[in-house]
Amino acid sequence: MMTVLTMLALAGFFAPRLYRAWGARTAGRLALAPALAFAYFASRLSAIRGGETIRASFEWIPVLGFEFSLQMDGLGLLFALLIAGIGAFVVWYAGAYLKEDPAAPRFIAALLLFMTSMLGVVLADNVIALFVFWELTSFTSYLLIGHHHEEEKSRKAALQALLVTGLGGLFLLAGLLLLGQAAGSYNLSGILAADSLSSHPLFNPALALLLVGAFTKSAQFPFHFWLPNAMAAPTPASAYLHSSTMVKAGVYLLARLHPACADSAIWQAVVPAIGAATLVIGATMAYGQTILKRLLAYTTVAALGGMTMLLGLGQTLAIKAAVVFLLAHALYKAALFLVAGIIDHETGEKDVLKLGGLRRALPFTALGAGLAALSMMGLPPFFGFLAKETLYSAAQQPTLLAASVIGGVFFLVVACLTGLKPFFGAERDTPRHPHEAPIAMWIGPLAMGLLSLSFGVFAPWVGPTLIAPAASAIAGEPLTAKLALWHGWNRELQWSLATLALGLVAFASLRALRPIMPAFARLRAWGPERGYEAALNGLVAAAGAQTRLLQNGSLRYYLLATLLFVLATGGWFFWRLVEWPAPGAGTPVRLIDAVILSLILLSTVGAIFSRSRMAAFASLGVAGYAIAIFFVLYGAPDLAMTQLVIETLTVILLVLAFYHLPPLHPRTPVRGRVFDLVPSVLVGSLMAALTLAANRANLAPSISSYFSANSWTNAYGKNIVNVILVDFRALDTLGEISVLLIAGLGAIALLKLRAPGKGGGGAP
Amino acid sequence: MELLMAIVIGFLYAAGVFLMQRRNMVKFLVGLALLSHGANLLIFTAGGFTRGSPPIIPEDADVAPILHADPLPQALILTAIVISFAVLAFALILFLRAYQTTGTDDLHDLRSTDT
Repeated sequence: MMTVLTMLALAGFFAPRLYRAWGARTAGRLALAPALAFAYFASRLSAIRGGETIRASFEWIPVLGFEFSLQMDGLGLLFALLIAGIGAFVVWYAGAYLKEDPAAPRFIAALLLFMTSMLGVVLADNVIALFVFWELTSFTSYLLIGHHHEEEKSRKAALQALLVTGLGGLFLLAGLLLLGQAAGSYNLSGILAADSLSSHPLFNPALALLLVGAFTKSAQFPFHFWLPNAMAAPTPASAYLHSSTMVKAGVYLLARLHPACADSAIWQAVVPAIGAATLVIGATMAYGQTILKRLLAYTTVAALGGMTMLLGLGQTLAIKAAVVFLLAHALYKAALFLVAGIIDHETGEKDVLKLGGLRRALPFTALGAGLAALSMMGLPPFFGFLAKETLYSAAQQPTLLAASVIGGVFFLVVACLTGLKPFFGAERDTPRHPHEAPIAMWIGPLAMGLLSLSFGVFAPWVGPTLIAPAASAIAGEPLTAKLALWHGWNRELQWSLATLALGLVAFASLRALRPIMPAFARLRAWGPERGYEAALNGLVAAAGAQTRLLQNGSLRYYLLATLLFVLATGGWFFWRLVEWPAPGAGTPVRLIDAVILSLILLSTVGAIFSRSRMAAFASLGVAGYAIAIFFVLYGAPDLAMTQLVIETLTVILLVLAFYHLPPLHPRTPVRGRVFDLVPSVLVGSLMAALTLAANRANLAPSISSYFSANSWTNAYGKNIVNVILVDFRALDTLGEISVLLIAGLGAIALLKLRAPGKGGGGAP
Repeated sequence: MELLMAIVIGFLYAAGVFLMQRRNMVKFLVGLALLSHGANLLIFTAGGFTRGSPPIIPEDADVAPILHADPLPQALILTAIVISFAVLAFALILFLRAYQTTGTDDLHDLRSTDT
């Protein structure tokens, strides 16, 4: 299994390079990779049928106990066969479909990488691996939908699909992690084997999260809107990702978790209801469409709803019905999508109302389309008939049966519109004169149409070989599946006949109903997509607003924001935690101290209020020198010397630099300056309080005594401060010098920088 | 003494913050310098006061006298003085160039990247 995944991933990565060597034939050759994968999976059929599971794993994150493990049972095998089998046809098809597109190599590469990740989803045993593959399918889907990235519609649709499914993926991750926590294992096999999982307190939250993940991926109501929009993708991607494989990942997840979750009340209440709602909404919305791919897209939504509904019911009959439906739908829907692509490619026309009589020009395509359409209509002896019969027999409740019949009716209409109408009737003029497509394109629909027929005919073989192993995996216990076309004159057959009659009536009345369709379309504008648009616009607006608020470019504002944060956190800390010292304690004040400190205060006042630059610099200098004297008084001659030198340098630098500046004049009005006093005074008070508190606190024994004791004996220096700087903490001093160096280099760079125009020129 | 120092330090900080809110570049730089003074004095005060006894080992001794000023805050402040000078010098050159390029010494006019 690992080899298969690696081979496909390599084929994807090297596709663009191979394109350079092989040209247009590359896709046909690369299609051999999924064909080989299909052969491998097919060769495992009998083993899986015998009840085996195939495992492969290697250590992934040993520290966390994660292993990268794959496991294939009946369910995984059925999906893998669909993914590899349809994938082979789609890759071949895409090569011909995108023959003139210079970006074709990218498309083929993304398609193969998608195939790898999709196989990873259905084969992964480790939940983290499952999640990673799941998100990779969303990502490759984004690339494929946005293939025509020069069109805004494509970009929007791609982003929408990515956001909806990607966000759902995050729900999935949270749900899987909770579930893993509850089960004590991060392997699906371990989770499914866990005892009394559903009574764990984390189970319900996990299930709710997982359902959101599955519903977004499988386009269930109210997240269904992204799928019809995803039809902006080139048709091979629509056929492959958005009808037969990726959108079924959500269904796969439901099926995979079925043994552990199907007993829960949430599951039984939510899953069938959402599924049935999606089935009805998708089917009825398809009715108003005339564009080929959109017709198919809405019925895909409906079909996914039907599968979800069946998986929610929990009975063995419903499980089998879900598997049969899944297989039937994948075959006929992929075929019809590919046919839609051929019609568009050969005639340049997408609107079914403007198509007709193509069977003479496109005989093979017409045959494939007809077979697939008959299967979709649910006529015997096609496999779609079996799907519909089992669906009807599983939907026992009247509401669910009604939903199923509504689905069946509109499926029939859409099948007629997409698979039959373009090929029969009078020939119409189309933008391009139609020719039969190359074999690469019609072989896929034809093969899938023939399979739809032969699976129906050979139903007794399909049942135990494909359906039963998958159904057993979903049920969590061995099931048998006997499929037969004829069950006697029973309820299901009667409903089938009713569906056929209603469907033909609906098809016939399409023309009469055409005028009211625009009203129907307006109703759609009020769907949940509006919520998505509002959320997206709101997010952009909120991001813009907060950027304008926080990044407004005013230095003053940044300063205030920083100060307020310091005040709030620091103030809170002091309020809560600090003991205040008793007044009167501490070192006594001498006259000289009072004089020096007053000098500092006075010169600071001078610096604030001076109207001339020179006076301000002079006041600053006085304050600096006063501090230097203070250092001398309190036993810090080194500090005093440094302070004197630096202070002198500072004043000289300031005077030199600002010699040419205009005179100072107050810019802020008086009221504004009074307002500025508030944060200033608050910060000052906080720092004063910090001074008092810091003086009291002796949280840890000081390392000063170590320095004092070892300065001479170990470092051979008499001046302890100097020894600390150049010996004990020499590395810190190196850092300090580096800061100085960087500041100096920056200053030089600024000075050397040639201004692009003195006195207010253009921006650099 | 500690209370007096607290008042002086608080005043230096308040003055520094007030000046840094001015629109004039020169006032901003003076405010920055006052703020560094406040910080240095704060570290110094936190180390406690010892008069007239620098942390220097006498010529004829192997260890410092029992009572001497704490060397650790001094080492920190020494570093801080130099670094604040570097910051001040860099800010000064930056402002100078901004003034030469834009023709204004008003920080309020420098809000946008377009001049």
